[in-house]
Amino acid sequence: MLRTLKQIIRTGLISESPASGGEDPGGTSKLQARLHRRFGRALAIRHVDAGSCNGCELEIHAVNNPYYNLEGSGIRFVASPRHADVLLVTGPVSRHMETALKLVYDAMPDPKWVVAVGNCACTGGVFGVGYASCGSVASVLPVDRVVSGCPPPPEAILRAVLSVVRTGRK
Amino acid sequence: MSVMDYTTHGEVVEMQTGAIPVRLVRVPPERLQVLCGAVDAQGGVLQALWASDQRMTGGGFLLRIALQDDVGLVIVELALPAESPSYPSIAGLFPAAGRMERAAYDLLGVRAEASDQRPWIRHQAWSEDRFPLRHDFDLGPFGGPPADESYPFVRVTGDGVHELAVGPVHAGTIEPGHFRFSVVGEKVLRLEERLGYTHKGIEKRFAMLPAFGAERLAARVSGDSAVAFSWAYCMALEMICGISPPLRALWLRALYLERERIANHLGDLGALGQDAGFGIALAQFSRLKENLIRANQSAFGARYLMDAVIPGGVATDLDESRRWMLLAMIPGLESELSLLSEIYDDHAGLQDRFSGTGCVNPRLARQLGLVGLAGRASGQGRDARRDPGYAPYDTLDVHPAGSLEGDVRARVSVRFQELFESLRLSRILLERLPSTPHRGPLPDKVPDGFGLGLVEGWRGPVLVSLETAGGTIHRCHPHDPSWQNWPVIEHAMIGNIVPDFPLINKSFNLSYSGQDL
Repeated sequence: MLRTLKQIIRTGLISESPASGGEDPGGTSKLQARLHRRFGRALAIRHVDAGSCNGCELEIHAVNNPYYNLEGSGIRFVASPRHADVLLVTGPVSRHMETALKLVYDAMPDPKWVVAVGNCACTGGVFGVGYASCGSVASVLPVDRVVSGCPPPPEAILRAVLSVVRTGRK
Repeated sequence: MSVMDYTTHGEVVEMQTGAIPVRLVRVPPERLQVLCGAVDAQGGVLQALWASDQRMTGGGFLLRIALQDDVGLVIVELALPAESPSYPSIAGLFPAAGRMERAAYDLLGVRAEASDQRPWIRHQAWSEDRFPLRHDFDLGPFGGPPADESYPFVRVTGDGVHELAVGPVHAGTIEPGHFRFSVVGEKVLRLEERLGYTHKGIEKRFAMLPAFGAERLAARVSGDSAVAFSWAYCMALEMICGISPPLRALWLRALYLERERIANHLGDLGALGQDAGFGIALAQFSRLKENLIRANQSAFGARYLMDAVIPGGVATDLDESRRWMLLAMIPGLESELSLLSEIYDDHAGLQDRFSGTGCVNPRLARQLGLVGLAGRASGQGRDARRDPGYAPYDTLDVHPAGSLEGDVRARVSVRFQELFESLRLSRILLERLPSTPHRGPLPDKVPDGFGLGLVEGWRGPVLVSLETAGGTIHRCHPHDPSWQNWPVIEHAMIGNIVPDFPLINKSFNLSYSGQDL
């Protein structure tokens, strides 16, 4: 126990401001104020892998690590689409996931935003369109933001999520 | 006859030369099971089973089975007729073959004579009388598929038994798949997996690509194993071309592979702590992982090494200052890991959740053909970096990890052991990096041929089989070890409680995309 506490103290606070991307001067407190004004509560994100290679998932995990600490700014990942404002979709949409993805989208309350994360979600990427792949997320759902990259770095994912916060209500 | 010689079972046609020792054995259908039995008796394991369409060159279909014994790979070839191709199932000897045989039917229409004829990869994106990997498969247009609601799961009946359906969309940020639990209270009587949701036609896509360049697709078979797959792909292609990359390239590939192993093990160890209610672990391990990934960005220009391995070598060289920067980071990571390892060992709550959970004993592991890191945690010691070994690992004396316990705790322990070993190897690779060029010349045209690559990725052995014709890919089968290990999770769950499933599943952390293709 003592060792664990020592390790926590030695590590200290390493979170970087979500503003470090240069897109959101004012830092975390301003972001939280804006979230509260626009949404009246934390922003809830639901992620669905619609056929990804699992590369983008690694970077989505990273936005929750202590450096990027997305949750620290009042933005959190939720387990049910019914609790979510934003749907983060990765991968080309495989034909085997098309129905499940649409069900998730339909289960989300309005207003809702869809963010397509990664080259495959943007265009179909290296997998393209074929007998088993629908290609881009936009071919299946209305998409509000796209984040390119293979995989996109955490800063790019953060920027897209923050730009949803800035836009606010639909 | 020497012990590893299978000439009495079939025609041993050639000893291929390449980075790994390969023996090719052609057998008639009636000798298939006997040959597989002989390899099994030598302690051999199944690595892969796949088929290809040879009808445009006047043949029928070709079934290939990759087995591995103590000498190296044994590729078994079985020629099947163009009309109603079928063959004797080997799932009785190698249970993991069952799903591979069902997938081979879904994709190519070659049928194993087995009792389980349910589809595996195919849901309803195409009809059961059409086979996507046949060269005359109609490529579209396609309509939206209905949901796959009719899969015949095995039903467990009895007083108080009920079913719990989970997925394909899960609660966390993980890949999609479906799990059907038959439970009494919270105790699991049976788990049945249903995968194939991320099937996106990777093998068909390969057959549309030139051989030089398709390593980009190989790297994206399973994005967390990008180095393993792109290296195995390049190894197969280099075997066909009869070339060997310069030493520095091989050493840099090994460095990338060890860094990929370290990154994934760090991520999993943090997630395992988190799943057992020890959230600090996730913060600590994901911090260490981010440090490693940021160093990748500084040293190699990319956080994840998706396009670092290319045919003939590696894409970018490592300069002296960055080499020293990477070396200087190793001691710090080692000491942090030692501390976290002690914290894990001494934490009663964690050990209580880890010990005896999701147990696969060595006997069951051997019987089911468990491979890779999960195999090593259950007494199956094989590690392709040593057995059969390939450059540069054949000169590095890799110390394999191991445990006989086979529970979550053992898989945690193997991850720690492998982290320390990967750091030790990384130090050697960086200190003694040979000073040859980082890439070698490629032939103008890819010859027609057949090549294989085998690389020990962080999950286990990654195999790539490649056939080229006319400079392009005729057939490429990338094979993730998750194929062999997924069925074992069904056994590991028996008698455990439903709330331990995330922990058990994470302790294996298998790939969905890598097996769905």
